[in-house]
Amino acid sequence: MQTAPDSLAGAPTRQSFFTEGGSLWLPPQQSTTAHEIDALFYFILYTSIFLTLLVSAAMIYFVWKYRRRSHADRPRDVIESKWLELSWITIPTLLVLVVFFWGFRAYVGTAIPPSDAITINVKAQKWAWAFEYANGTNVPGEIWVPVNTPVRLEMTSQDVLHSFYVPEFRIKHDVLPNRYTYVWFEAPREGTYQVLCTEYCGTSHSDMGARIHVVSRGEYYEILRNGPPGMGPMAPAALGESVYTRYNCNTCHSIDGSEKVGPTWLNIWGQPRPGSEEGVVDEEYVHQSILYPQAYIVPGYENANMPSYDGQLDETQLAGVAAFIRQLSGAATAADTTLSEGDVADQQDMEAPEGGMGDPGTPVADPVDPQDREIVREGESAPQN
Amino acid sequence: METLTQSPRPAQPAPVPREARQYPVGHEPVHNYLREPRPADDVRGLARAWAWIKLWALSVDHKRIGIMYLVAVSFFFSVGGLLALGIRVELFTVGPTIMEPDTYNRVFTMHGLVMVFLFIIPSIPATMGNFLLPIMVGAKDVAFPRLNLLSLYVYAAGACIALYSITTGGIDTGWTFYTPYSKETGTAVIAMALGAFVMGFSSILTGLNFIVTIHKMRAPGMTWNRMPLFLWSIYATSIVQILATPVIGITLVLLVMERVFGIGIFDPALGGDPVLFQHFFWFYSHPAVYIMILPGFGVISELMGTFSRQRVYGYRAVALSSVAIALLGFLVWGHHMFTSGQSPVSSVVFSLITFLIGIPSGIKVFNWIWTMYKGSVWLKTPMLYALTFLFLFTIGGVTGIMIGALAVDIHLHDTYFIVAHFHYVMMGGTVMAFLGGIHFWWPKMTGRLYNETLGKISALLVFLGFNLTFFIQFVMGSQGMPRRYYDYPDMPWLEPLHQLSTVGSFVLGLGLLVVLVNGLLSLKRGKPAPGNPWGGATLEWTHTTSPPDHHNFHHTPLVTHGPYDYEVLFHSSGDSQGGAPIPNVEVGAPQEMGTTIDDGTTGQPDSATDM
Repeated sequence: MQTAPDSLAGAPTRQSFFTEGGSLWLPPQQSTTAHEIDALFYFILYTSIFLTLLVSAAMIYFVWKYRRRSHADRPRDVIESKWLELSWITIPTLLVLVVFFWGFRAYVGTAIPPSDAITINVKAQKWAWAFEYANGTNVPGEIWVPVNTPVRLEMTSQDVLHSFYVPEFRIKHDVLPNRYTYVWFEAPREGTYQVLCTEYCGTSHSDMGARIHVVSRGEYYEILRNGPPGMGPMAPAALGESVYTRYNCNTCHSIDGSEKVGPTWLNIWGQPRPGSEEGVVDEEYVHQSILYPQAYIVPGYENANMPSYDGQLDETQLAGVAAFIRQLSGAATAADTTLSEGDVADQQDMEAPEGGMGDPGTPVADPVDPQDREIVREGESAPQN
Repeated sequence: METLTQSPRPAQPAPVPREARQYPVGHEPVHNYLREPRPADDVRGLARAWAWIKLWALSVDHKRIGIMYLVAVSFFFSVGGLLALGIRVELFTVGPTIMEPDTYNRVFTMHGLVMVFLFIIPSIPATMGNFLLPIMVGAKDVAFPRLNLLSLYVYAAGACIALYSITTGGIDTGWTFYTPYSKETGTAVIAMALGAFVMGFSSILTGLNFIVTIHKMRAPGMTWNRMPLFLWSIYATSIVQILATPVIGITLVLLVMERVFGIGIFDPALGGDPVLFQHFFWFYSHPAVYIMILPGFGVISELMGTFSRQRVYGYRAVALSSVAIALLGFLVWGHHMFTSGQSPVSSVVFSLITFLIGIPSGIKVFNWIWTMYKGSVWLKTPMLYALTFLFLFTIGGVTGIMIGALAVDIHLHDTYFIVAHFHYVMMGGTVMAFLGGIHFWWPKMTGRLYNETLGKISALLVFLGFNLTFFIQFVMGSQGMPRRYYDYPDMPWLEPLHQLSTVGSFVLGLGLLVVLVNGLLSLKRGKPAPGNPWGGATLEWTHTTSPPDHHNFHHTPLVTHGPYDYEVLFHSSGDSQGGAPIPNVEVGAPQEMGTTIDDGTTGQPDSATDM
C-alpha cells in the first residue's frame, strides 16, 4: 500500500532501527523536552530490570534451595517478620513516589508551551493531516518549522478521534472533533520527522502520516513568503496529482484500477455514472463527489463513508482533480497539462506573511533570535521591540 | 484428630476387600458428580444421550455449571487465539500480507472483544470459582443455584449475540468502542454492544451469588481468617463485578441509543462529548482489569502454598491487599486518558493514585516468593505456571510503573509498549494463573491425572513463546510503533522485530495446543486421580473425592485449621477414621495412588444415599 506520498519534500531523517542518537529502546531525541522524559524512562527501566532480576534470582534460589527432596518433607513454620513486610511496603512506595514527582515535573514541562511559541493550526481528518500557518498558507501532509523555536500546534479534528504523535519529539495528544487541543515542541536540529496517528480511526489508520520538516530560520521565512516547495504554479493535471497524494486521496482511491476502500479513478472519465441512470462522469460529478460524497454512491461502496472536503479544496484544486482524472482516462486536453499565464501571476500575488513568524497571538513581536527568546523567557528584562 | 464431623458417624457398612478401600467408606468416586444424577438404566440409545444432555444443561449443580463454563471459555479462548495468530501473520511483512485493512480491523477488534468479554472475565471466576467456591467454604452449592444456572444461560445468550454480530459484518471499532467512530462506522456495533451488555448481567449475577455464598454459607469453623486466599480474591472480584459492571451496561445502552435515536450524548455533531464516553468506558474497564487479575492472584496463592507446602507468607497482607486493590481500582481510570484531553490536573491525580495501587500488587509478589522460603518446593506443572506468572507479572507490573509516569506515558501511550504491558499482565498474569489452576484442579474436576511430561513441555513452550512474542513489543512500542496498525510503512525497520514476534506467537499457540491435547488425552487415558494428589490442605482436597460427590460432602465439614496448615495432613495421614471425612492424603508418592482405585468404570450400582 502506498502511503507517505512521494511528492512530499524529503524522506524522514530516520531510515533504520539504529540511528545516531537513538538506542535499543528509544528513538533519537529531537526535541528540547525529550531528554527529561528519556532520563525518567531509563531510570524506571534500570530500576525495573534490577527489581525483576532480584525477584527472579530470589525465586530461582528458593526453588533450588528448598526443592522437595522427599515426599515426606515437613517444612517448619516460618515466623512472619514485620520488618521484612514493612520494608517491601515502604521501599517500593518511596520509589514510586520519586517516579511520580519526576514524571509530574517533566509533564508540566511538556504540557505548558512557552509564551513565545509560534502557532500552527492542524486539522485532522480521515486519513490525512492538514496544516495551516497563521498567514493562511495551507499545506496538507507536511509542515516546515524553524529550528530552535518553540512551535505550538492547535489541533482539531473534522470527524473522529485522531492522535498526533511524533516519536522523536516524545509528544502525543489526541485530536478531538469538538474542541481544540495542543502540543508543543522545540526542535534543536534540522531534519524531517514522521507524524503518526495513534488513535484508531478506521480503515487507513495506519496510513495516516504526515511529515515535519525542521528547517533553518531563513528557509522557514522563505516558505512563509513564497509557499512551500512543490506547491508553486502547476498545470491542472499536475496540481490534481499533487492533491491526490497530499490530501491522501491515495489511501482510498487507486489510479491503477486496483481495489481499495473507494472506487478507482482509472478510466472513469466520460463513462456512465455508476449506479445512476443518466449522466456521465464529468466536472460536475467530480465536484459533487469531493464536496458532498453522499451525493453519488458507486454501488458496492455504500459503507466507504468518505469525508467531505468542502472548505478544504478551492476551485482551482477541484478543477485540477478533474483534470487529473481526465489524464488517467487518456482524455486530457492541452489545457490540462500546460501552465497558464494566469496561474503564474496568481501565485506571485500571494501575500507575503505579515508580522514575521505570522502568529497574531504572539505576545512577543517577531522575529526573535534564539538569544532574545532566552531573555524573554527569563522575565521582565525582555526587550519589547 | 484435627478435623471433626458435625453430624453423627454413619453406620459401618459391610467390609469390602482391602484393594477397593483406598477411599474412606462413603467416599468412593463412583458417587461423583460426573456420573450422578444420571439417566435411568433402562433408557438406552439416543434417548439416553438426550437424557444426559438434559441432566447437564438443566443441572443447578455448581460443579456441572463450572464445567460447562470451562468448555465455553476454552472454546472462546481458542477463537481469540486464532484471531491473534491472524493479526501476527498480517504484520509479518510490511504491506498487505494475508488480509485487507478492513478485515484486519475487524480481526483485532474481535480478538479484543472475545478475549475480554467472552474469555478472560468469566475465565477463572466462572469455571474455578463456580466449581471450587462452594467446596472451599464447605457448602453443598452456591447460595442461589438456579440463579447460577441463569448466569450461564445469560452468558450464552450474550455470546450468541456477539457471534451474531460477526455474521452481520463484524465490528471494527476496537474493543474500546470509542466514540464518535463507533457511532459512524457501518459495522455491527449495536449487536456487539448488546452482547456485551447481556454478558454483563451474567457477571453481576455470578458476583452476587459468590458474595452471598461466602457471607452466609461458610462451614462451621471457616472464619474469615481461615478462608483460602482464592476465596478472598473471588470475594474482592465479586464486589468489583457488582459495582462496576452496571456502568458499562449503561454506557453501551447509551451508545446504542446514540446510534439508533441520535440522542447526542457522545456525538460532538449533536453537542455531545466523546471524552465523556472514555470516562464512562474506563470507569468500568479499569476495575474490569481487576475483575480479570484478582482471581488469578487467588489461584497463585493456592499454588504457591500447596507446592511449597508452606503457609502463604503474610496471609492477611495478601488477603486484604486484594480488597484494597478492588476498592482503589475504582479511582484510577483516568490513567487511560493522559493524552485524551482530560484536564492536566486530573491526569496528575490519576497518576498518583495509579502508583499507589501498584503497591498492594507488589506486596503480593514478594509474599508469594517468600512463601517458598524454608518450604518444600515441588516443581509440578501447576507450580511451573505459577513461577511463570510471578516472572511475567513482575515485568507487567514494573512496565505499569513506566506508563503510570505522566511524561513517559505521553510517549508510550497507544503504542506497542501498552500492548505488551497489558498482555504481560493479562496473559502473563491471568492466563498463566488460569492454566496453572486448571492443571492444579484438573484431577479434582475430572478425576483423571494428566500427563506430567506433556504438562511441563506445554509450560516451557508457553513461557518461551510468550516472551518472544511480547517482550519484543516493548522495544517496538518505545521505538514508536502505534497499536492497531494494519501496516507500518513509515517504520519498515521494525519488520525483523515483527517477524520474531510472529514466530513467538506460533510457539505460544503450539504450547497452548499441547495443553488442550494433554487435557483431552487425560480424559481418555489418564490415570484415575486420588482425592488429594498434591497434598493440599483446603477442603476440596481434604474432604472430597476426585471428582467430588454430587453433594460435595457427606457431612458438613468442621474446619479447625487454616487453609495452609499442611502439618495437619501428616497427623491425619493413614489414620483410619472409619466414616470420618478425611480421605487418605498421599504424602508419599501420590501419583501411584490411582493405580488401584476403582474409579467407577466397572459399573457398580448407584448409591441410594445420593439424590
